[in-house]
Amino acid sequence: MNFDDTPAEAAFRTEVRAWIGANAPAELKADLESAGFGSLELNGVDAMAVAKAWQKTKAEAGWACLHWPKDYGGRGATPIERVIWGQEEGVYGALGGIFIIGQGMCGPTMMAFASEEQKRRYLPPLAAGEEIWCQLFSEPAGGSDLAGLRTRAEPATDGSGDWIINGQKIWTSGAHYSDMAILITRTDPTVPKHKGLTMFFLDMKSPGIEIRPIKQANGQSGFNEVYFTDVRIPDAQRLGAVGDGWKVSLTTLMNERLSIGAGMSTGFPELFELCCRIETENGLAVDDPSVRSKLATWAVRTTGLKYTGFRALSALSRGETPGPENSIGKLVAGPTMQEIAMFAEDLQAQAGIISDPQIAVANGRFQAMLLRSPATRVEGGTDEILRNIIAERVLGLPGDIRVDKDVPFNQIPTSGRG
Amino acid sequence: MNFEFSDEQKQMGVEARRYLSAKCPTTAVRAILDGPDSYDKVLWAGLAEMGFLGVVIPEAHGGLGLGYLELCVIAEEMGRALAPVPFSSSVFLATEFLLAAGSNAQKAAWLPRLAAGEVIGTFAHAERPGAVTPRTLQLLAVDGRLTGVKTAVADGDIADFAIVSARTGAGSDARGLSLFLVDLRQDAVRRTTLATIDPSRGHASLEFNAAIAEPLGSPGEGWPILESVLDRAAILTAFEQIGGADRALEMGRDYALERMAFGRPIGSFQAVKHMLADMYVSATLARSNGYYGAWALSTGAAELPEAAATARVSATQAFQHCAKNNIQVHGGMGFTWAFDCHLFYRRSNLLAVSLGPQSQWENKLIARMRARNTAA
Repeated sequence: MNFDDTPAEAAFRTEVRAWIGANAPAELKADLESAGFGSLELNGVDAMAVAKAWQKTKAEAGWACLHWPKDYGGRGATPIERVIWGQEEGVYGALGGIFIIGQGMCGPTMMAFASEEQKRRYLPPLAAGEEIWCQLFSEPAGGSDLAGLRTRAEPATDGSGDWIINGQKIWTSGAHYSDMAILITRTDPTVPKHKGLTMFFLDMKSPGIEIRPIKQANGQSGFNEVYFTDVRIPDAQRLGAVGDGWKVSLTTLMNERLSIGAGMSTGFPELFELCCRIETENGLAVDDPSVRSKLATWAVRTTGLKYTGFRALSALSRGETPGPENSIGKLVAGPTMQEIAMFAEDLQAQAGIISDPQIAVANGRFQAMLLRSPATRVEGGTDEILRNIIAERVLGLPGDIRVDKDVPFNQIPTSGRG
Repeated sequence: MNFEFSDEQKQMGVEARRYLSAKCPTTAVRAILDGPDSYDKVLWAGLAEMGFLGVVIPEAHGGLGLGYLELCVIAEEMGRALAPVPFSSSVFLATEFLLAAGSNAQKAAWLPRLAAGEVIGTFAHAERPGAVTPRTLQLLAVDGRLTGVKTAVADGDIADFAIVSARTGAGSDARGLSLFLVDLRQDAVRRTTLATIDPSRGHASLEFNAAIAEPLGSPGEGWPILESVLDRAAILTAFEQIGGADRALEMGRDYALERMAFGRPIGSFQAVKHMLADMYVSATLARSNGYYGAWALSTGAAELPEAAATARVSATQAFQHCAKNNIQVHGGMGFTWAFDCHLFYRRSNLLAVSLGPQSQWENKLIARMRARNTAA
């Protein structure tokens, strides 16, 4: 066992490190390191412009979307090279936040289902950060139960072959600054729910699209509602066959799980640091046995995730597919972050309620974490859905009994009160 | 990055599992739990023949001369099988004490016989309820003679010799403590077998009445030596716990697939699925933390004390969590003597305190992280 790179990996790392050292926006490093939880805010700088500039710089030198084929704006790199890039990019990686959904999920879906001409048109600007994509999946009536979505796509009556979209999406990250999107719709409500779906991609500037930011419980606005009123999409922008939308969406969602080695944050290092300088009634918090007991539990969860990631990297390094262990990441990190935020508040006692970054302990980091952490346990799969996934895909337990599985979609009850 | 056991090491695990499934089914564990014997003598002899008792003992002393990664792999299988033998006492503790602090003569005298399974060694430390600290140790060593009582000594009823912590100096600090190697087969040692929560592993109290003892390591160095050996043993025991946790999880999963209620397998109910998913999470975290410990142990890394506490805290959590929820998944059947669930529940709670309580390891972990942070 060792933590060392192979000679080839070491050479690659050296090359990456040199390039990043020479090209990254070093003047933003301190700001990025102290950035809080939730949307990226940089002091006195337009975060979007900075992010786009860094992505463009990377793309021009061949360091964007490393694992994509060169023809589509990537580098054709191996999975482990992609991980090494991520490790070396470090805090600058936070600048890529606005591109994650497009590059991580929409791109691979386009790669699998778009025409060659479309791939050459759309993928390179997506890789270069020139066009931002979002994913129009969740709906008010379909979150965990995504296949219950109700947005309709109907053939235009003018014989053009176009599709007309009506309905509403919700929880769309970045819809307000996106140029393009992939969209899942219902094309046939008379068949069971998984069978009547169809996937498209479209221009977010299309007439009939209205975007309304959602004010979140923590006061920020990273998500949107998107309304469609007679929005027209050419049939050429359909991804996969009519009625195959569910299969296509699985490709998208599978790619969500490829973020190996990203190392989900639990907030433990920040809490440990706080405990080394704040006092309980028994003296320094880190020396208080009751505090130590809690810290130890969060410490071993944090290292457990870290070394689970290392096991996956070892598999990648050997050219193998990592095991299912990484599926625990968000399920462990999300609740832990919330527990840590609540405990950090307790340690600060009455002052723990102060959220003003100018006054609060650690620039209000823990208060921001406290208010943001409920979302971590819901977004991208709730804790409960993640437990179902582990139980079914890893442990081989039976799927849930689905009472609506064979029922035509338009006959599924829509209210719990008879 | 190569944070994984090698194919050869994994193959050793496969062989150990095959051997233990054949020679140590749960009926063998029950034979010790229910019967008059304190350990499975046939299995013990077989393990010696396989070389498993001397994995890290140098070839010059009759061992296999392999590394700690190999021993971790074997330890996991011993834990899966709930092997009712003095493996942890002899291999994780007695052998490690001799390797860490034994004189050449002591090593030559005991290591070959430990590797061959001809003698059983153990560590006698606790004297009364409550955490063991330098302040609480009372057993006295005067002119090479020990007087006092040690309690809940694993395999104290059958061990041929024990490493014993004793007070040699005045005061109540660690510098007044030393270690001794004591042949337990002398009249001045009285053994009393104890009823415990896990009778598949024997325990005894040992009363020393001016028992003849020889020093192990330098006088006054007892505490640092035993802390260091306990760290090493914690990593090895963590693998034993990881093996037990995995098997308890598998038992629960298998039962959830097979047991029907309300016309469907109970494993299709989310309440049961989620409990099993959480068991998988604990077991996975423990395994990954165990790998960190194994890496530190095999390389002698400076991080070993922190890695040991990490592996220990995580593995204790996982085994207790999986063993108790395995009973829960089994419902009423899980509380019968006939089902094997209680074997894992017993063992998980035995191992949870075998090297000192969880609170002590939690404390060590944070103290060590703090020391590293201060140093950095």
